[in-house]
Formats: sequence, structure tokens, C-alpha cells
Amino acid sequence: MTAALAAPSPTGGAKTRINDFSIQVATVNGSGSQTANTVLLRAIFQMGVFVSGKNLFPSNIAGLPTWFTIRASAQGYVARKVSNEMLILMNPETAKEDIAKADPGALVIYDEPLQLDKLRSDLAYTPVPFQKLVTASCPEPKLHKLVKNMIYVGVAARLLGIDMEEVKKAIAKQLKGKAKAVELNQTACMAGYDWAMENLEDQDHIKVVRDNKTQGLIIIDGNEACALGALFAGVTVVGWYPITPASSLVETFIEYAEEYRKDPKTGKSTVAIVQMEDELASAGVVLSAGWAGARSMTSTAGPGISLMSEFIGLGYYVEAPGVFFNVARTGPSTGLPTRTQQSDVELCAKCSHGDTLHVNLYPGTMEECFQFSYDAFDLAEKFQTPIFVVTDLDLGMQNWASKPFAYPAKPYDRGKVLNQQQLADMKDWGRYKDVDGDGICYRSLPGTPGGKGAYLTRGSGHNAYAQYSEKPEDYLEVMGRLKRKYETAKAFVPGPVFRNQGSDKGVLAFGSSDPAVIEAQDVLLAQGLKTDYLRLRALPFTAEVDAYVKEKKVVYVVEQNRDGQMANLFRETYPEHATKFKSVLHYDGHAIDAKSIVDQITAFEQK
Amino acid sequence: MTTATPSAPVPAAPTNKLGFTKQDYVGSKSTLCAGCGHDAITAQIINAAFESSIEGHRVTKYSGIGCSSKTPAYFMNQGWGFNSVHGRMPSIATGASLANRTLINIGVSGDGDSMSIGMGQFVHAVRRNIPMIYIIEDNGVYGLTKGQFSATADKGSHLKSGAVNDFPPIDPCTLAIELGCGFVARCFSGNPKQLNAILKAAFAYQGTVVLDVISPCVTFNNHDASTRSYKHVKDHDFPLHDLGFIQYSEVEDVEIPAGQTEIVTFPDGSKVAIKAIHEGYEPTDRFGAMKAIHESMAKGEFLTGLLYINPTQPPLPEMLNLVDEPLATLGEDLLKPSPAELDKIMQALM
Ligand SMILES: Cc1ncc(C[n+]2csc(CCOP(=O)(O)OP(=O)(O)O)c2C)c(N)n1
Ligand code: SF4
Ligand SMILES: [Mg+2]
Repeated sequence: MTAALAAPSPTGGAKTRINDFSIQVATVNGSGSQTANTVLLRAIFQMGVFVSGKNLFPSNIAGLPTWFTIRASAQGYVARKVSNEMLILMNPETAKEDIAKADPGALVIYDEPLQLDKLRSDLAYTPVPFQKLVTASCPEPKLHKLVKNMIYVGVAARLLGIDMEEVKKAIAKQLKGKAKAVELNQTACMAGYDWAMENLEDQDHIKVVRDNKTQGLIIIDGNEACALGALFAGVTVVGWYPITPASSLVETFIEYAEEYRKDPKTGKSTVAIVQMEDELASAGVVLSAGWAGARSMTSTAGPGISLMSEFIGLGYYVEAPGVFFNVARTGPSTGLPTRTQQSDVELCAKCSHGDTLHVNLYPGTMEECFQFSYDAFDLAEKFQTPIFVVTDLDLGMQNWASKPFAYPAKPYDRGKVLNQQQLADMKDWGRYKDVDGDGICYRSLPGTPGGKGAYLTRGSGHNAYAQYSEKPEDYLEVMGRLKRKYETAKAFVPGPVFRNQGSDKGVLAFGSSDPAVIEAQDVLLAQGLKTDYLRLRALPFTAEVDAYVKEKKVVYVVEQNRDGQMANLFRETYPEHATKFKSVLHYDGHAIDAKSIVDQITAFEQK
Repeated sequence: MTTATPSAPVPAAPTNKLGFTKQDYVGSKSTLCAGCGHDAITAQIINAAFESSIEGHRVTKYSGIGCSSKTPAYFMNQGWGFNSVHGRMPSIATGASLANRTLINIGVSGDGDSMSIGMGQFVHAVRRNIPMIYIIEDNGVYGLTKGQFSATADKGSHLKSGAVNDFPPIDPCTLAIELGCGFVARCFSGNPKQLNAILKAAFAYQGTVVLDVISPCVTFNNHDASTRSYKHVKDHDFPLHDLGFIQYSEVEDVEIPAGQTEIVTFPDGSKVAIKAIHEGYEPTDRFGAMKAIHESMAKGEFLTGLLYINPTQPPLPEMLNLVDEPLATLGEDLLKPSPAELDKIMQALM
């Protein structure tokens, strides 16, 4: 018999945290807990409360520990929060350690046999007889392991005050209407809820109260948002090779392509997707398909970019378009393959040997993941060059609430491509002739009839007419023009966004650091420090970035790598301002949090 | 009064069915060493394309890096070319052939380019049955980097410097057959007639053609102790058959001699007539072909000709069920889902 356990408030009657707390769920990888955690997240979301989820998972298929954190925030903060108000401990391997690390006063739901309640006296324990409940609610023993997780969702729902109707709806949504699975999981969840109703006293430490903050929002991860961007951009050739955390970008695209990329007349496919033998081959496919006039892409992570780098230099020098998604993870080498980092900044900025400079897009929100992916295909064809869309595991694989995406109505920009007639009319066409003075030349596509426009693309030295040349003046002309082309791109890449508090102190960040910077800025303001935040969204740096750098006395460059790679790019680009840039870093593999930023900036300020 | 003596009219150069002369199929001037086997291959590509009335603007030429990989510049200036990076020609051919399935794809590579650095891409392109003629200009050495051994060099063969190769060779042909390639041939650049017939058949074939052409490097591997010298190959060349290629458009007019000749018909109706010289060789028998090649290699012979043929395998664009028109030129109307479709997708994520 389980004793009815109250969940007292060991903090001594502190105010209830309404819609403002974090829950951490510790489970074993491969136990099916992902579904349960997403249901819990969705149910809070459906209660109208702003919520974000982070899955901290191992590089393993089954058996190693995994943690899922759900943060609810009435203010709309979605960055990782280091402290947790509720722990759900299902993994015997890590339970003791999880308890040791718990924040004082936390509510701890755990599997009864783990007997954790003697370990610390400053936590509020709720042991749950999971095995007993699962046996009673699920007739099929082989499903016990899976539905066990749904029981903690029910218990948590009761303690947090989440409406069970919302939980049931979330289950149906998550299991996409598979009737039998839905029923099984709803029953298990209800069993947890009913048991908690009968056996637990309510708590007033943390609560979910219905709100209207999430009305009309979607929940999505960045890889899916990027896949949708590519879908709407009309990608026609995809060459890829699986790698965490980039695989799901193409895998999601494949699912959407099944539905949206069939010619309605013939049922045939309007996109070629080939899983290649490695990233070298993927890069070759992307660049040659782009060269032949298709919209092409690949999705990979740092190790893949390293392998692709010879080809990316070729793409830069011969001016072949292609979109390269880098969903970055923790390096160097294999590093921490399932953890996040922003450590490929310099790699992608200058990928390949020789002098190369690439256009990079850094989406920081789900809407930008969608829109920038769409834009990347225009930029690739407009500038006839490889374009990097750089996200990371945190953006790519975690769940984010977002406004629904606006329809990308802007027609495709297919760039300077000459058709048969234009080629016939043109007097002195040269593939690499800078007719318009913007560094962007006119190209022709293989297969164009009419006997004009054929040329041989080569990664060796060439002149304006694409002929082999080793002459210094020809080499310099091409390299100078490529630099000019890069300059032209400044006017076409997305400019920065600002969050200014009226200060000569700057905070500069990009990509997934955004939510933590916003929160940190508010904390710093409350402490009396105003800052002007610039969120960088692309390379090359635009005129607004130039002005910001010139105007600020100090610029705190926040980034998730050890070496301050973005700060390095700034010091190199603005040598006369080099001493302004101070690095605020976070690179342990976990997503950056506001406190780390606040602490580091405060320390700089006290110097 | 003086009258100019009319000069004899210059006889018009012969034209093919498209009205092109052979001159329309040439490329820029070769910069290879005089006598290089690669130039003889280039000459036969030009001849075969001219004689088969190939539409030059549809021809797309791909290569990696090496002396051999330079040759796409030397034939068919009417077509586009992509001289890429060392060992990666197959992926370049893959992407472009998917982007535009109406292209006629010719890949030129070397034994170093394909059997060493590019082995992975070779193997996988063959597996995928990329629609292309994949020519390996095989001289047993790295020509462009001045004569190091390649992976096709025979065990025990010598470099000019006297260095001996201790490793067994990789044979592109048996490997290609093993990987399921449906058109595998070996030729000798010194036997233009055979190479010409095989290239014409290759142009009519739908999937990957692997064509290993023994092509002596006169500068680094044509000495007495080489097994890739002109003399050595001439002495050890065993042509399997006399080949005749009959394009589908001519099938009606051509009488195919009965008896000794075996006919292989392509999906487009073209026919290859194979008159056996080497007794008992059956080019449609995959395992028999492997056995015969291995036996001849053990004797130090080069079996040349059409080693294996199976004309019915679907090429990659067909396997992917791609639309008939080039993906490259599909319009936004077909590619971009509608606002209603975006709305439906968004609803599902709410
Ligand atoms: C990544 C890379 N490594 C090495 C080289 C140097 N390299 C150029 S050609 C070549 C070998 C070419 O041999 P093969 O393909 O047999 O061509 P051949 O010159 O014999 O026709 C090498 C090693 C290169 N270009 N790129
Ligand atoms: S070095 Fe050899 S392979 Fe290269 S061009 Fe000269 S003869 Fe031909
Ligand atoms: Mg060679």
C-alpha cells in the first residue's frame, strides 16, 4: 500500500510559481519516453502557456541515460534554464546523481522501488508505484515499458493542475490518430492521474494556470522548418548522407516530398533524392546539379562539412550554386555528436583551401529557419555559389513554439541564366565576364540547344571566357571579381535585428543564442545595465553591422564555442575596432542559458 | 584579257544525319604528350559521336583530375564540360544527370582517378546505374604527377626508375560486373576499330557503361618492363569478337548475317552484332564472363571487347520515377506548394 504523500513546500510557503518553472525528466534512451515528454510539453502548450523543450540525449540507440527539460514561462523566455522545480526520475542509473544535483525545494516524482527519499531532506518526494499501475492499466506485458512513461505524465498533470482533456488531445496529436495506441496511452495516463488524485495531496509550489499565450502557435523543430523552406523553394535535387543532428532535415523533407512533390498529371516525382555514399559525393551531386540548373541541397553537420570542403572550394571558384545546411554539433572530431555548439563559424565562413569567402545565413527562430531556407536557394542561384545555412542541434532538433509561417510569396529568383535566344543574341559572351559590374556573370545551362553557350567548367585557372589560363592577370581578375561578388551580397543577405535599450554597450549574438541573450538582457537591465543587442543573421556583414561596430564602445560577442570564432571574424573585418570585442562563451554541449551570459558580462563590467 | 582559271571545287566534308561534319565534334587542341594513348581515345569519341549523329549540345562531359581528365576539353566543344576534383567525377555526373535527364553523359577518368582516390565514387555510381559512358583511360600510372604506380598496375611490373609494384592490381571490369553493371567493355587505344564500335553501342545504351581502355603513357610507362606499353599490350591483346553496332534508325535497312553472329537488342531497338573470335565466350553470361576474364588475366592476356552486356536495367532517373522533363527547368507553378497547402501543414503543427 502506498502512503498518501503530500508534496509539501519545503521552501517554507514561498509564492506559487504560476506558469514559470522547469521540469526535468530522467529516463533511459530508447524507452519511448520521448512520446511521453512531448505529450507533457504539448499539454502545457495547449493550456495556453509558453513552453519549450530540450532533449539531452546520448549518442546511443538504447540504454544510456537521457534527460528532457520542459520550461514553462509566462514571460515567454524559452532558453534553457539551469534550475529545475520538478524532477521526474525514472532511470535507476542516474537517480542518485540527479538527486544530488537537484535544486533545494524541488518536487521529485520517482519510481517507488528506487527509494530516493532518504537521500536529501530539502526535497519534496512523491514515490509512484509505476509497475503496479502499469500492470493494472495495460493488459499487454510487452507494452508495459512504453506506457509506463505515460503514467508519470498523468501524475505530473495532476500535481501541476493540467486539464486531462488537454493531455488526451496531446496524446491523440502525438500518435497521429493511431486509434489503438491512442487509447492505450490515454488509459495509462488516466491511471496515473487517478492514482495521484486518490493518493497525493495537492501541492502549491508550481502550477499551470490556463492562459492565452499560445493561441494560434505551432510547435516545430528547426530541421522541419528548414525542410519546409526547401520544399517551398522548389529544391529539385538532394544528395545527402546521414549524420546527427542533420538527418531529420532531409528525412522530414522526404515525408513532405511524398505528398507535395508529385506531378499531379503523371504522379512522377519532381525531386530527386539520393542518399549518397558519403558527404564528398553529396557535395558533388549538389554542385553539379546546381551547375546544370537544378535547385540543389544537402544537409550535414561539421564532420560532413570537413569532408565536403574540397568540393566547396570548387563550387566557389567555378561558381556553381548549391545550398549546404550545417546543423552544427559539438566538435572537434566526432566530439559530442548529440550535443549542441556553434563551433563551425569559421569553417563555414571560409570553407576550403585557398582564398574563399562564403555567404552564410544564421537563422535564429523557427520562422527564420523556414524563410532563410527559402531565400538560400535564391541567393545560391543569384550569386552562383555555395550558400551555407548554419543552424545547430538546439535549433534543429528541439521543439520550439512559433508563429505559423507566412507564405513565401516572392517569386523564385533563378539568377542570370541565358536561354537559347539570349545566347544567340549575345555578341561576345564569356562565362566569367562581369558585364554588370556586380561581380555576377551570366551562365548557360548544359543541354541548351542552338549551338551557343557551351563551355568547360574547370577548377583550374581560367579566364573570363572559361578558358584554361595560368596568366597572373587572368587569375587576379577572377579572384578580384569573386571578392566583388561577395561585396555585392551584402545588400541581399538578411540584415541584423536589434533589441536596443539605448546604450553604447553592445551584445552581439546569432542563431540559437537568441532566447538566452534576450533573457540575459532583461536580467542585466534589472541590475542596472542597459545594452543594445544586435542579432547577426548573415555573412557578409552588412552596412548596419558596420555602423553598430563603429558606434559601440564595447561589443560582447556571445557564442557557443571555445575560441570565440565569431569575435575573430569581427576582429579581422574591423581591425581598427579589434579591442572592442569581448567574448562571452558557452560551449559545454548544453544549450546556452541566460545566467552564463549575465555572469560573464557582469564580470567584464566589474573589471 | 586574263581569265582566272577556276580552281577545282573543294569537296564538301561529309555530313552525318544531323547535317554536321566531323569538325563539329572536335574540341580544343590537345596538350598531352605526343603519342599518348589518351589522344587516340579522344579521336574515337569524336568519330563515334559523329557517326552516331549525336546531338552535340546534349553531350555533357565530366572528369576528375589527371592527364586523362583533361581530355574532355579536346572533344565536342558543342557540349558542356565539368572538369572537377580528383576522383569525384562520378558524383558530378550523378548530380547533373539527375538535374537534366535528357543529357548524354560522358565521364572520362584515369586509373588513378577511379581506382584509387575515387574508388568509392566509382563503385557507387555503378551500383546506381547512372546513365553515362564511364571511360577509364588506363595506363597503370599516375601520368600527371609524373609516373607513380596506380592501383591497376600489374603485380611485379616496373616503373621507369626500376621500382617494382608489390601489390595486386584492381580490375575495373570484373569489379563493374560484380557490381551489377550492364555494359562492361575493355579496349586498347591502339585498336581504333574495336573502340569505335563499342563507343557507338555505348551511346545507345541507357545505364552505366564501364569502358576500361588500356591507354599507354608514352612518357612514364612505355618501357620494356611495363605491362601497359604499346608493344606489350599489342602482343597480349585478345579481341573476343568482331563487333558491329546498328543504330535503331538503321535496323530496317541492315541485313544481319546469320550463323556465327549473336545479336543483343537494346530497348530503343538498336542492335549489337557480336561475331565470336574467342570460342565459347558468351557476353550475356555474367558468371561465365567473370570466369573467362579471370582465367585470361592469370595468363597475362588482355581480353578485349564487349565483356558483359545486359541491356534491360533501369537507369537511376527511372528508378527514382522522375518526371520526363529536366528537373532543372521545372517551373515554380509545379514546384511551390500553394498557400492552402502551407496552411494545411501549419494546422497539423498546431
Ligand atoms: C586531392 C588531390 N590529391 C592529389 C592530387 C594530385 N594528382 C593529380 S592527377 C593525379 C593522378 C592521376 O592519375 P590518373 O587518374 O591515372 O590519370 P593519368 O594522368 O594517368 O591519366 C594525382 C595524384 C590532386 N589533384 N588532388
Ligand atoms: S604523361 Fe603519360 S598520360 Fe600524361 S600526357 Fe604524357 S603520355 Fe599521356
Ligand atoms: Mg593513369
